[in-house]
Amino acid sequence: MNKFTLATVALATFLTSFGPGVPGTTLKPDADNAGLKLPSGFGALVAAEGLGHARHLTVTPEGDLYVKVEGTRNKGNTIWYLQDSNGDGKIDKKTGFFKYDGTGIEVKGNYLYASSNTDVYRFKLNDKHQVIDTNKAEKIVTGLINRHQHEAKAFTLDNDGNLYVNIGAYSNSCQIKDRTKGSLGMQPCPILDSAGGIWQFKADKANQTYGDGERYATGLRNVVGLDWNTQLNQLFVMQHGRDQLHDLFPDMYDEKQSAELPAECMYALHKGSDCGWPYIYYDQFQHKKILAPEYGGDGKKTGGDHIQDPAAAYPGHMAPNAILFYTGTMFPEKYRNGAFIAFHGSWNRAPEPQKGYFVVFQPFRDGKPAGDWEIFAEGFAGPGEIKSPGQAQHRPCGLAQGPDGSLYVSDDVKGTVYRIIYNK
Amino acid sequence: MRRIMAALLLMGVSGMVMGQQKSAANKPGATPGAGSVTASIARGKVIYQNICLACHQADGSGVPRMNPPLIKTSFVLGDKTKLITIVLKGLNDDVEIEGEYYSNPMPPQSQLRDQEIADVLTFVRNSFGNKASAVKPGEVKAVRAKLK
Repeated sequence: MNKFTLATVALATFLTSFGPGVPGTTLKPDADNAGLKLPSGFGALVAAEGLGHARHLTVTPEGDLYVKVEGTRNKGNTIWYLQDSNGDGKIDKKTGFFKYDGTGIEVKGNYLYASSNTDVYRFKLNDKHQVIDTNKAEKIVTGLINRHQHEAKAFTLDNDGNLYVNIGAYSNSCQIKDRTKGSLGMQPCPILDSAGGIWQFKADKANQTYGDGERYATGLRNVVGLDWNTQLNQLFVMQHGRDQLHDLFPDMYDEKQSAELPAECMYALHKGSDCGWPYIYYDQFQHKKILAPEYGGDGKKTGGDHIQDPAAAYPGHMAPNAILFYTGTMFPEKYRNGAFIAFHGSWNRAPEPQKGYFVVFQPFRDGKPAGDWEIFAEGFAGPGEIKSPGQAQHRPCGLAQGPDGSLYVSDDVKGTVYRIIYNK
Repeated sequence: MRRIMAALLLMGVSGMVMGQQKSAANKPGATPGAGSVTASIARGKVIYQNICLACHQADGSGVPRMNPPLIKTSFVLGDKTKLITIVLKGLNDDVEIEGEYYSNPMPPQSQLRDQEIADVLTFVRNSFGNKASAVKPGEVKAVRAKLK
């Protein structure tokens, strides 16, 4: 592409970027940037609010949104279809459908995929990426395990017709008695047969279950944030690390160590990846894989030489609920092909103050994390220190990129959708 | 109706306090006030901090849609047998509180002694804005016997 074409494309993108566009309407940040603190040159607006417990979200090529909601116990609408008809960034049309609580949602080709806590469904879309028949959900995957813990079936898709579904471990650290002091880890951990990993299914085949899919990666306690990196053609996931090192092993870990450990890890997966849960965890201070205390560890003994190292590590318990590789052109060059990560915010740091409740940017170079992560957007939770998660006014959960390069962030406390734009 | 209930509750509490003080006084070598509700709450607070706080949080607010709050809920203020049973047996079910659902499993805490469970529940029933009668070790003992 020569320079002239590039400039034309850039201009065209600029002119058409802000939704359908009505003369006189422009996209501008809210006066208070929707309550967020952002790097210089960025602004934010509240695109929608009051959607319920909004988990993940996805944007169509037309700039319309689908937002997945949980917590209705299958009584209310759990997918919102949102449109901004005049291009001012504010959602002015909203329709709801689908009765199953859950977290995952993604538009891929001419289908909208959405998950419950046991199944993955898809809806056929028309040429404007609108669901043709909201009563016609095709079940793609069914019968996945749900035992009240790490039950969200977050997923993503690649460009070769495959679907990757997180099946979270229904346990903290695979003890004989879950979360019970003095109970040892099961050897081998039987949970890994049906959970604690990422399963690969076909994106277009109905009614698949365990036997039809393949355990693509194992040793992952729970993953809510995952994204297919199209530049590298590789699956990246964010693991939620184990809880309660101090509660279960007070002689080995004090409350401060237990608040920071283990790291929340980013993994670059390939078929057959083993990330080590429950046998090891990653210590971001020692930069080592440490044997879990349930399996004979003491906080220092290393373990799992055959286990894959994380691509990057973050402070403990911050709960990374979304990762998104930024491919847009609206934001400055440094953000391109880097990763945004939404940290939902911790609870397992008490009695220490909680941490997270922000969106982080992780720079990448040559397909690998390069340099320190930085806080990109904060202020979701409101002013002051968060001692318990119930104090947070908003918690970032899902991330999506608009066709113009806007970054959308969903909040699962009050159901706010933020739109972050760059305007310099 | 409400006033009568409040009066009954008050009588119940004071009766219990007196009863417990009597039994404490009867025990040779018992620390003064060891059987009082105040002392039970103080002991219960330590147990709460060691065992319950990580999930239910310092302010009893729990974790949204994961770990239930302990603030003025019917689980905490209502039927003591039900409450004691949750502590002894744990809970692995979706629980609805004021329209929100909580799903994280709670492990059984049956390793705690009757007195410890009574103390921690008395603390919870009289903290975080809660005000309810004390739980007595005898009540825990009775529930434990039934569960066996």
